[in-house]
Amino acid sequence: MSEHQATSGVLDPLAHQFDDLEQQHEASYFGMWIFLATEIMFFGGMFAGYTIYRHEYFSAFEAGSRLLDWRFGAANTAVLICSSLTMALAVRAAQMGQRKALITFLLLTIVLGMAFLGIKFTFEWTRDWHEHIVPGINFAPQGETLKQLQDAKVALPHVELFMFFYFAMTGFHALHMIVGIGLLTVLTIMANQGRFSPQRFNPVEGSGLYWHFVDIVWIFLFPLLYLIGGTH
Amino acid sequence: MSTTTLEPSIESRVHYLNVSYGIKSWLLTTDHKRIALLYLVSITLMFFVGGSAAVLMRLHLIEPTGALVEPETYNKLFSMHGIIMIFFFLIPSIPATLGNFLVPMMIGARDLAFPRVNLLSWYVYIVGALLTLSGIIAGGVDTGWTFYPPYSSNYSHTHVMLVAFGVFVSGFSSILTGFNFIVTIHKMRAPGLTWFRLPLFIWAMYATSVIQVLGTPVVAVTIALLALERLFHVGIFDPKLGGDPILFQHLFWFYSHPAVYIMILPGMGVVSELVTCFSRKRIFGYRIIAFSSVAIAVVGFLVWGHHMFVSGQSVYAGLIFSVLSFAVAIPSAIKVFNWTATLYKGSISYDAPMLYALGFIGLFTMGGVTGLFLASMAVDVHVHDTYFVIAHFHYIMVGGAVMAYLGGIHFWWPKITGRMYPDGWARFAALVIFVGFNLTFFPQYMLGYLGMPRRYAVYPPEFQVLNVMSSAGASILGIGYLIPLIYLTWSMRYGPLAGPNPWGAKGLEWQTPSPPPTENFEETPVVTEEAYAYSKEEA
Amino acid sequence: MWSGFPLRPDQASTIAEGFDHLFYFETAVAIFFAVLIFSTIFYFAVKYRRRSPDERPAEIEGSLALELTWTLIPAALCAIMFYWGSSLYFTNSRPPTAALEVFVVGKQWMWHLQHAEGPREINELHVPVGRPIKLTMTSEDVIHDFFVPAFRVKHDVVPGQYYSIWFQATKIGKYHFFCAQYCGAQHSSMIGWVYVMSEVDYEKWLTGGVRNVSMAQSGAQLYQKLACITCHGTGRAPAFNGIYGKPVKLTTGQTVTVDDAYIRESIIEPSAKIVDGYNPIMPTFKGQVSEEELLQLIAFIKSLGTEETKVAKP
Repeated sequence: MSEHQATSGVLDPLAHQFDDLEQQHEASYFGMWIFLATEIMFFGGMFAGYTIYRHEYFSAFEAGSRLLDWRFGAANTAVLICSSLTMALAVRAAQMGQRKALITFLLLTIVLGMAFLGIKFTFEWTRDWHEHIVPGINFAPQGETLKQLQDAKVALPHVELFMFFYFAMTGFHALHMIVGIGLLTVLTIMANQGRFSPQRFNPVEGSGLYWHFVDIVWIFLFPLLYLIGGTH
Repeated sequence: MSTTTLEPSIESRVHYLNVSYGIKSWLLTTDHKRIALLYLVSITLMFFVGGSAAVLMRLHLIEPTGALVEPETYNKLFSMHGIIMIFFFLIPSIPATLGNFLVPMMIGARDLAFPRVNLLSWYVYIVGALLTLSGIIAGGVDTGWTFYPPYSSNYSHTHVMLVAFGVFVSGFSSILTGFNFIVTIHKMRAPGLTWFRLPLFIWAMYATSVIQVLGTPVVAVTIALLALERLFHVGIFDPKLGGDPILFQHLFWFYSHPAVYIMILPGMGVVSELVTCFSRKRIFGYRIIAFSSVAIAVVGFLVWGHHMFVSGQSVYAGLIFSVLSFAVAIPSAIKVFNWTATLYKGSISYDAPMLYALGFIGLFTMGGVTGLFLASMAVDVHVHDTYFVIAHFHYIMVGGAVMAYLGGIHFWWPKITGRMYPDGWARFAALVIFVGFNLTFFPQYMLGYLGMPRRYAVYPPEFQVLNVMSSAGASILGIGYLIPLIYLTWSMRYGPLAGPNPWGAKGLEWQTPSPPPTENFEETPVVTEEAYAYSKEEA
Repeated sequence: MWSGFPLRPDQASTIAEGFDHLFYFETAVAIFFAVLIFSTIFYFAVKYRRRSPDERPAEIEGSLALELTWTLIPAALCAIMFYWGSSLYFTNSRPPTAALEVFVVGKQWMWHLQHAEGPREINELHVPVGRPIKLTMTSEDVIHDFFVPAFRVKHDVVPGQYYSIWFQATKIGKYHFFCAQYCGAQHSSMIGWVYVMSEVDYEKWLTGGVRNVSMAQSGAQLYQKLACITCHGTGRAPAFNGIYGKPVKLTTGQTVTVDDAYIRESIIEPSAKIVDGYNPIMPTFKGQVSEEELLQLIAFIKSLGTEETKVAKP
């Protein structure tokens, strides 16, 4: 029994520990919410730290925020909101049993997710590196950037602290995006094999919840990191 | 009663232990009962690793100048003892072994909601444990289990990264277990098993799981930030770079105080089962005990600042943490009174599990009342970071959690293995442990009151008498823990067959054969009565 | 042999007296409940032991009256302990104004102490009996903790922060002080002695050694040596006269009080909080002045008068 379970669990429409599909569906949906509660606490720890230092080093955080290019953030926000829409449409397609639409929307979501990471890693973080504002490894603002900070009369270590929060929070967020893209890739393969049906689409629904959660985290990160500095 | 002492019956029947053989059938199992045994073996190993560090520490402290090792080594020993015992023994102890085994059976389910996640949690635990052990083998870590920066982030030259990473990883195993239990308890109860018919062990596991799911991620991110600080020298906690070391303490204790309840709440659940069974009584005040578990879990999240009365947090914050710490003592006190009242006019037998349970109530009471000293701020100032604190939390963690764990293991051992252990030895071991424990830790209350700080490799000579007493107790305690290891292992092969319900206990897990079949029940049970209906005649 | 086996720590400060009353009360409560539970369990376990294997005791549901009793009585006791403990803590955390000042710097693994009058000590502290002593403490590296069991005082010593404790010794004698926060390899050797002396002996001790330079005087010398004078008081940077304890407005519009922590920050991280009307031109002195020198500079600025008593000196 257990061996059968280990090798072919995914294929089984009903796992042996459940009485019926409804119970299985409810359990997996509920499980996803519990998992998201964990995630909220994970990011919550960083948001708590951010809040305390923002209060402590108010103007340094504003000045630090101005070092970031809000246009990258805004573009990424738009990309992510679109990806949430395509994800929602994918869940709907799975519910309706439309295999083609499901695959299309999953692929679209993956592409948008990649676009987000592309903007973040290749454009934004590269720029940060050239500006020498990467905390710990390459933090030595020069020229214009330095002058900007001096004009703002803020202490460099405190700006570095802001940049640390920026990299830690967006870094952990990006890690969640990568995991999400991995999940969606698996879903696409499974959808292609025809393993979802209107009776069984829990994995799509659960991954959808996860994707929206990651999206919402960004909705908080964007203003807190990019916009607190005011106009540029 | 289908099974008597007929030898062949256990061999001929298919159950979870003999359904398949070979290493692979264990390492790839998704059966909650087998995973419970995987955990049992792993945490027992970790317990003896952490325990041997403790024995070395106590031997070292026989002399004021230190009898055994250099201070550097002593520092590594107490760090190793704390890290292993807390993250790799106490936190998984009851949930991952007894909880894993019993939660589905007590609620009449065939397995947990997510069996593969359950197996994953064990592998995650093993990876975390191996990382930590490799850090210890590579030379150890000397930060204490609390990892306070800036010492841990910028000053310690030991293997902080490796060990911290191990702790980080093991946290996810705890999260996965809690997550699985919450979903299982919500969604998979047998027909007729309403919330207020659940055994109190399930209530306790539920409250524990909530803490695991909501608290553990915070310590995970805290350790991650600490690691980033150590790696890249950014100053999130280092005051030299604009950071605040007190912030680490807040984030750390936000998890690590509730973590104490992860360790003790399951023990309280076990004791509720034992006290009722061995006094053949319905529990006194069922709902109050159930709600007090939830109250402890909720209020327990709001008391972390009582670890910081002398660390520089504002006196007004201290005031709030102090009042909440007193508040969280009350549901614990209520539980103690209700267990005691359950004994009243009962039919009390002195089987080994009951001895552990009674020991638990007494020792937990002593740990609890000394907690009041630590909750009142003016007194805490003096006893904070002294042996008084060490004694207090060992009374809760060892006198409480470990006693309950051993009581639970002795109670459900016949269900787990299908065999009985020698009762006389079991009672003897319980007595040895009780005596050894008190001799080890009671003197430490006095040491702390006299002012001996914790984590001291050498100490002024006036503290020697009490230290020698404590060390003598530790050796008795160490032997006490070895005795069950021997006879329980022996009983797996040579113990007499137990039958499905050797204690005449209530609860769904006793209505199925021992050892249970892979899917626990031949057919899903239907529950028609409340828990602990002991006054009703046996069927 | 029992001389080496004390049951109570020395009681040698006013704080210790207040502490001990509360501690004895809580011990009494603890013993009462421990004895109550132990004896009840023992009594029940014997009285209601199982007499026959098929014994079935009658069912008892529970009792609201009992539940209320054992909820409210512990709650009331907790309320008393909370009130008592907190009010004592509040009193103990406010140093009296007329205290003698000693500055303490913890570093791996020793204690450097300096009296405001000048004398320095390592791992020793001499104080007069019957006078309030205020310790202002900081650390050069990791977190330490200054703990005098006989006085029942303890506080973490945190790098980058100043925390104060105070005590008034009541008994002449020699008492241990410990580092109570784990700080690395030699943590357990970071201990020393407090010598409580009569007023006369203390005066003798104070003047007995080499010619004492008070902390403020040392600070004044540093003020010259570090050339603070080139800017401060010339219009380029704020003057120090009478500034201590006074609120100043910052360029950001916020207001801060010039206290120990602010002065320290302004020397280490000058651009963090600039006084309104000035430019961030001051270089950082991080790494150039030790924690002890920082305390001397603070003592110097303090000696230039507080808000109430302006003294026109250098």
